[in-house]
Amino acid sequence: MIWEPISELAKKVQKGRITALSLVEKSLKIIEENAGYHAILSLTKDRALQRAIDIDERIIRGETIGRLAGIPFIAKDNFLCFGAETTAASRILETFNAPYQSTAINKLEAEGAIVVAKANLDAFAHGSSTENSAFGPTLNPHDPQKVPGGSSGGSGASVALNMVPFALGTDTGGSIRLPASFCGVVGLKPTYGLVSRYGVVAMASSTDVIGPLARRVEDAALVLEVMSGRDIFDGTTIERSKTNYSTLNNNLKGKIIGVIKEHFTEGIDTDVKKVIESSIELLSKNGAIIKEVSLPSVDLALACYYIIVPAEVSSNLSRYDGQRYGLSANDAKDLNDSYERARELGFESENKRRIMIGTYVLSSGYYDAYYRKAQTVRTKLIEEFENVFKEVDYLVGPTAPMTAFKLGQNTANPLKMYLADIMTVAANLAGVPAISIPVGISQNMPIGLQFMAPQCADHELLDIAYSYQENAK
Amino acid sequence: MAMTKISAAEIRKLAVLSRLRLSKKEIEGYQTDLSAILSYVEILRDVDVSGLEPTNQVTGLTNVMRKDELLDYNVSPDELLNNAPAIQDRQFKVKRII
Repeated sequence: MIWEPISELAKKVQKGRITALSLVEKSLKIIEENAGYHAILSLTKDRALQRAIDIDERIIRGETIGRLAGIPFIAKDNFLCFGAETTAASRILETFNAPYQSTAINKLEAEGAIVVAKANLDAFAHGSSTENSAFGPTLNPHDPQKVPGGSSGGSGASVALNMVPFALGTDTGGSIRLPASFCGVVGLKPTYGLVSRYGVVAMASSTDVIGPLARRVEDAALVLEVMSGRDIFDGTTIERSKTNYSTLNNNLKGKIIGVIKEHFTEGIDTDVKKVIESSIELLSKNGAIIKEVSLPSVDLALACYYIIVPAEVSSNLSRYDGQRYGLSANDAKDLNDSYERARELGFESENKRRIMIGTYVLSSGYYDAYYRKAQTVRTKLIEEFENVFKEVDYLVGPTAPMTAFKLGQNTANPLKMYLADIMTVAANLAGVPAISIPVGISQNMPIGLQFMAPQCADHELLDIAYSYQENAK
Repeated sequence: MAMTKISAAEIRKLAVLSRLRLSKKEIEGYQTDLSAILSYVEILRDVDVSGLEPTNQVTGLTNVMRKDELLDYNVSPDELLNNAPAIQDRQFKVKRII
């Protein structure tokens, strides 16, 4: 049984018709029953139960709790969070207890939501399958032989398994949308800067965003509404033009939707193509105007991404040195030895791979040819997005060229693994919002449709995804 | 497409710069991986970007200022030190430097 819509559930809690405690207990029970999927790294059980009891008592006293009263949720384990360790699925942070919480979690808690568990991910969010977790992969709820996508694979699987009404993920190049697509749930990557990243383990600071995974567009919209906004602790957060994201309009009439030509060329699975084409037809049948558009540089986006992101990774991960927190080698002979030992033991091989690629492309002599070139091609891509959004309101295409692949299928070939992100990375480089919604099935595996909208058109993006969802019913 | 070939010596140098220690087997593995990845990104080499500036960030924000005032984070120094592998006299203790 899928959870009721979040807004209705929260109202019931507020009115005292159900208790926050019963929702948290239900969630913990479903988590326990599905432990075999390894979507969860740790429970924040004691703190969650206490918070639920407190909320129920406040309701009895007649207090107003908030828009998420009593709603249990799961956070990807790269969100700093009380009640359990924050590991980023890495050995180097295996025993790390966050001394403060992320702004996103604080905002959700301020509206009455309750974090019950931490979800598995690729270590430091480096990956597309969750197989890079130091603690073992998450299995796809639709087929345990397959990956859930990544890097927010535990979050995607937890929502697909109905553990919670929503989960939090992070998306640097598709890490919310890919698991959403592979697990058959909604995954929202907001405009860059819309949600504070304070207290979230940094990967690539120029593209990292935070967003929700949920079963319904309206649930994702409500979570965004609560989380978004300026934060003095994150200087990259932007002012919002509109704040009422959860007031959604079902209206496709006259909406101009661009189909990205480049996303339907070679490399796309034939079943995925068929399902995406029929969902585009559904949009058109209900009044949307479909236009084929071209973004010539979108084919270069992945190459840009795998220069820019490792560069930023190599910088962001330099702080993990085993001195002030994290794994440390007691028998190290001097300071440098202790750095190297901590990083040797604490990082997964994909972390090391990205740190070294980043170090290479930032090295003197290579900087201009790689890093500066990628940043300049990024400008070209952004200009193409700006131009195409003068002609269309939205862009649409598949979230991924394939459905979930088998565990182990791509682990020996990192470049092949990177190709899973080929349709998602452009939105991160351009900073535009994007959403993946489930639109079909091929051989039992879900297929996601991706919409993109201009920067800060998050409300419009949610409207179109909601319209699709309602018209497909 | 041009092939970029990364030598074992280059991997060893990157490892030193990145404070990573690698086994011989890892060095060989990363040689193959980095060569393949850097060859893939060669598609950017011939892209015409004349007249374009590099993008460092996409928000358009400049000089984000805030008041220079004391904020209460509700975290004590002792709590922060709790995560440290080694402490002495309420300070981080590190291995010898020289």
